[in-house]
Amino acid sequence: MSVFSGLKFRKVYSPIHNLDPRVKFIYVCAIFVIAILYSELIPLLLLFLIQVPFVLLARVQHEWIRSMRGAVYLAALIFFTNFLFKFLAAGYNVLPYDVETTVGLTLRFVVLVESFSIFFLTTSPDHLGLALEQTRVPYEFVFAFTTAVRFVPVLAEEAQTIMDAQKARGLELEKGNFLKRIRNYIPILIPLIVSAIRRSLELAEAMESRAWGATKKRTNLYVLKMHKGDFALIVITIGILAAAVYVRLYVHIPMLYDILTS
Amino acid sequence: MIDVRDVFFSYPSGVQALKGVSLTIKDGEFVAIMGQNGAGKTTLVKHFNGLLKPARGQILVDGVDTTKVSIAKLSRDVGFVFQNPDSQLFSETVEDEIAFALKNFGYKSNVIEKRITWALNLLNLTQYRKTSPFMLSGGERKRVALASILAWDPKTLILDEPTIGQDYEQKEKLRQFVMQMRTQQKTVIIVTHDVEFVAECNPRVMLMREGKVIADGEATRILSDPQTLKQASIVPPQIAQIFLELPDLKLPKDVIDVYQAERILRKALEKQGR
Repeated sequence: MSVFSGLKFRKVYSPIHNLDPRVKFIYVCAIFVIAILYSELIPLLLLFLIQVPFVLLARVQHEWIRSMRGAVYLAALIFFTNFLFKFLAAGYNVLPYDVETTVGLTLRFVVLVESFSIFFLTTSPDHLGLALEQTRVPYEFVFAFTTAVRFVPVLAEEAQTIMDAQKARGLELEKGNFLKRIRNYIPILIPLIVSAIRRSLELAEAMESRAWGATKKRTNLYVLKMHKGDFALIVITIGILAAAVYVRLYVHIPMLYDILTS
Repeated sequence: MIDVRDVFFSYPSGVQALKGVSLTIKDGEFVAIMGQNGAGKTTLVKHFNGLLKPARGQILVDGVDTTKVSIAKLSRDVGFVFQNPDSQLFSETVEDEIAFALKNFGYKSNVIEKRITWALNLLNLTQYRKTSPFMLSGGERKRVALASILAWDPKTLILDEPTIGQDYEQKEKLRQFVMQMRTQQKTVIIVTHDVEFVAECNPRVMLMREGKVIADGEATRILSDPQTLKQASIVPPQIAQIFLELPDLKLPKDVIDVYQAERILRKALEKQGR
């Protein structure tokens, strides 16, 4: 669950928080593309490190570390499955190159989590909705999206209450074999789903009684505007992306092992 | 007996919900825990069946430290009825809903059958035995939730906000039911804002404010003390307010019961020769 707590937005004032969410999203997409472009360790390590200043500048290091810690299990899984297949393919041999590629692949996942975590940690759901709206996404979708994001903590709290209520009736979630453990969650899931549906119906009524969708043309209280920082980030993003594509196409990337042993 | 010794508790969010609570609830006692929202009432009672464990201090239920045993084991003796019945109802029929806990506790099927019949009867739900709990009204759902706890006949019963969303008739039934539990020597603990309901039940009252118990004693004494009540954001019951507003008549000030109030007022009127 700690992966999700690492994605939860908390209001902080920092230069990164003030950036236009659209620009930040472009940045995240660029990092995503670069991470997919490379499978070598050195560029991915570089990609991991250039994002650290953003985290420090946004002062979200605690939450960021928590989300990184949450990603450890999945990263370990990726590492071991890749390693296992390389190990088998190499005829039961541990080759230093294989280890390096495996670490690289794992780091690729970590970089993806890292960039998305920075994006969600520094962008409020409202800002995100505004960004979507101004990129001409229909308001119905935007509203559904922001509401879903906003209701996650509410639902989590409700799940906790339901769990407590069933535990008070003798339910032991960790008891039994694998199948029994899955079945143990039925008494939690049904009340949760029922209440989510009930809540959505109530929300719909409350919205209609506040004239939701009365006019086609909605105005906004806040309008997103690009500032100096936003342009700077765009330039940086384009620079990084161009450099990454150039290096991929024309430069041979050495293995870390070769550098260390030569 | 529930023995709470200097208990502190904070939620992961950092909110300090309990700040050094100490109290003892004896077997067969009837206690109402009152206080404003966020005073720590529900947090406190969630410690009694082990749903929450104290960060500091100790809670002993019949001499057993709650940190040493499972929630399931504690729940056999301490039944907890949640505020919202919808946070527990999930079965296809009312009958299955009541059987859920009994199965968890490992009762035999013939015993389960008997217990279901008994619990349904106790709460006037017999006609809904095969009905889906989701088809029932709010008040009925609340009774099903209560029946599903009473079915295993716990020694102590905790009711979190039992009067919310209940009409007067249901409240009166609830009061009678609680009184019946008392005659059976059960310990009943209710968490509530409903000052009129508490005045009618006349239990031991505990006032909480910001994670601390600020008053503890008989309902007549506490509910007729506006200064103390104010600290817990509670207004005295209407009967008490009348007596507090009439100091010139030299009437007693610690009256919260309607019938007692009537007797006193009649006597006062007779004295005046009317």
